[in-house]
Amino acid sequence: MSEIALQAVGLVRRIEGAVSHTLVNGIDLAVNKGEFVAITGPSGSGKSSLLYLLGLLDAPTDGEVIICGQPTSKLSEDDRAHVRLTKCGFVFQFHFLLPEFTSLENVLLPMRAEGKMSEKDMLARGLDLLGSLGLKDHAQKRPNQLSGGQRQRVAIARALSNRPEIIVADEPTGALDTSSTEQVFGILREIADQGRTVVVVTHDPALATRADRRLHIVDGKIAQTFEGQKLAPEPAVAAPTDQ
Amino acid sequence: MAGNLLVNIAWTHVTTRVRQTLVGMAGVAMGVGFTIMMAGLMEGSQIDFLRQLVDTMPHVTVQDERRAAPVQPADREYGAVQMSNVANVNNRPGIRHPESMMASLRSWLPGDVAPSVRTTAIIDHGGRVGITLIGIDPRLEVRVSKLASQMREGQVGDLQRAPNAVIIGLALADKLAIKTGDTVSLVAGQGTQVSSTVVGVFRSGLKRVDEGQIYATLGTAQVMMGQSGIINELRVRLNNPLIADTIAKRVEGQIGYKSVSWQEANSDLLSSFAVRDFIVLTVMGAMLLTSSFATYNIISTITNEKRQDIAIMKSLGMRETSVRSIFIMEAAMIGLVGMIAGWAIGYALCFGWSQITIYNTLTGTNVPISIYYSPLHYIVAGGISLLCCTGAAFFPARKATRVHPVEIIRGAS
Repeated sequence: MSEIALQAVGLVRRIEGAVSHTLVNGIDLAVNKGEFVAITGPSGSGKSSLLYLLGLLDAPTDGEVIICGQPTSKLSEDDRAHVRLTKCGFVFQFHFLLPEFTSLENVLLPMRAEGKMSEKDMLARGLDLLGSLGLKDHAQKRPNQLSGGQRQRVAIARALSNRPEIIVADEPTGALDTSSTEQVFGILREIADQGRTVVVVTHDPALATRADRRLHIVDGKIAQTFEGQKLAPEPAVAAPTDQ
Repeated sequence: MAGNLLVNIAWTHVTTRVRQTLVGMAGVAMGVGFTIMMAGLMEGSQIDFLRQLVDTMPHVTVQDERRAAPVQPADREYGAVQMSNVANVNNRPGIRHPESMMASLRSWLPGDVAPSVRTTAIIDHGGRVGITLIGIDPRLEVRVSKLASQMREGQVGDLQRAPNAVIIGLALADKLAIKTGDTVSLVAGQGTQVSSTVVGVFRSGLKRVDEGQIYATLGTAQVMMGQSGIINELRVRLNNPLIADTIAKRVEGQIGYKSVSWQEANSDLLSSFAVRDFIVLTVMGAMLLTSSFATYNIISTITNEKRQDIAIMKSLGMRETSVRSIFIMEAAMIGLVGMIAGWAIGYALCFGWSQITIYNTLTGTNVPISIYYSPLHYIVAGGISLLCCTGAAFFPARKATRVHPVEIIRGAS
């Protein structure tokens, strides 16, 4: 039986206000270690909200997120931050690299924030990561000196720097051209193949077929799950219900 | 959380915004510089005034009176007794056995003591002016006062050159058109009148002294009082005038006569200085606080510009307090460099002011502006400024780091 890396139990995210709004509506989910899960769905369906909850960027209104066996609903904000720092790596649609720092410094950021490694070891790992993503020659360049694809690869290197169990990516190819998209998705696939858990939100059904499992979200609920051979066809779903 | 990382980010932020950083530093530097200048000017003028005051008068004056009425023998003998209309025996005025008392005081006093006779009289030279006549021993007086250095014409020793010789203040001399060598008439309260020769003119710098005080020998003053051999005042000069209060209490405890320190004699003036100090401190505090608004503006701007970075740092797992401390460190960096620049500006301003002289219409001389240089001014101004800067940064930093990262990430996407 596979080991569960990430689990959601009765996950609900509601925004209270003059008009209440439910972004995630009772999702149960278990992602195995080394599994590559793609989350698809129309705009406003709640897929990014689900991802932020799974990555502890947001707190659920109800339910529980269990990361590597550790329940997180009762953790303080600082403890949640520590779990994010050590167990989750984030990649967003935009690279979100710190503009004043070089590629290498951006990659070193999570390691330096954790402060467990020596500077020498951190530098070695940072260069190693950039090298593995074909960016060794760009280590000393600032984000504005890199192409979109290169920036996103630096962001992936940053996400991997603390050796997290889980990589959470929110439309990582949304702002990239076709070749960069292929490259980034290929990297994420490789990361999963190396034993890390990858959860990706994407609008691109073709890319989603490269995942081990695809969850199709509609109105904050998992409408359909596709695995194995069933990944390929695009599900017939209702028109987008923008929220 | 590795501290180096936070310092590194803070340093990067301030060094990549050179113009804003320089404006902030200039604000702090001006605040610190002008505060140091103001403190130096105010304390300099105060010290100058006090020095003049202290130089002009004895540090401790022993008077021939007591602070409280003497205890009656009946009070000493009986536990409970009521007396009314008790009249003290009318003792002869003056300090008893002044020579032995002075000898006793000289054995431990960190300074010197000299006898004097203080009385009032009227000086007549065409016009009549009420004055305080102080009889002194010219040989001993030079040890207890700065009279010798205040002489503009003649010398203190000249008092012994002519019978009933007097030394008068410059302002009084001008008022009555008296010149050295002139003869004036002194009239005492009891009607005693003597003719005196003016043998010298002094200028202390204090108008009330220069216009209302004259010096004669002990003998002349005793004649004016009609009390031969009387000494009604012992004048003490200390090596350190600041301990006058303590010494006065000890002297009074030892010899029983009322001993007044220069601080007690000028307590009203000193309390007005305390009020002035409070006002000056308030103004300086306001200046430093105002200068910290520049830092507040800069940190507000940086935190606004860096909302996305804040969101990313938080999403990567950096704690809110760590992210907040980055911006507080930025303010501290601005404050620190501004403070050092402010010290240089403050010193330069103080030095510049000290080169200026102002014409004093009362004394008719060019008086340099007194500046007091004290490391305390630099430490206090710098410390308060640094505190204000970091305090000013705290609120925008706290506001910015409370932002939920998801809101920013969603907004950017």
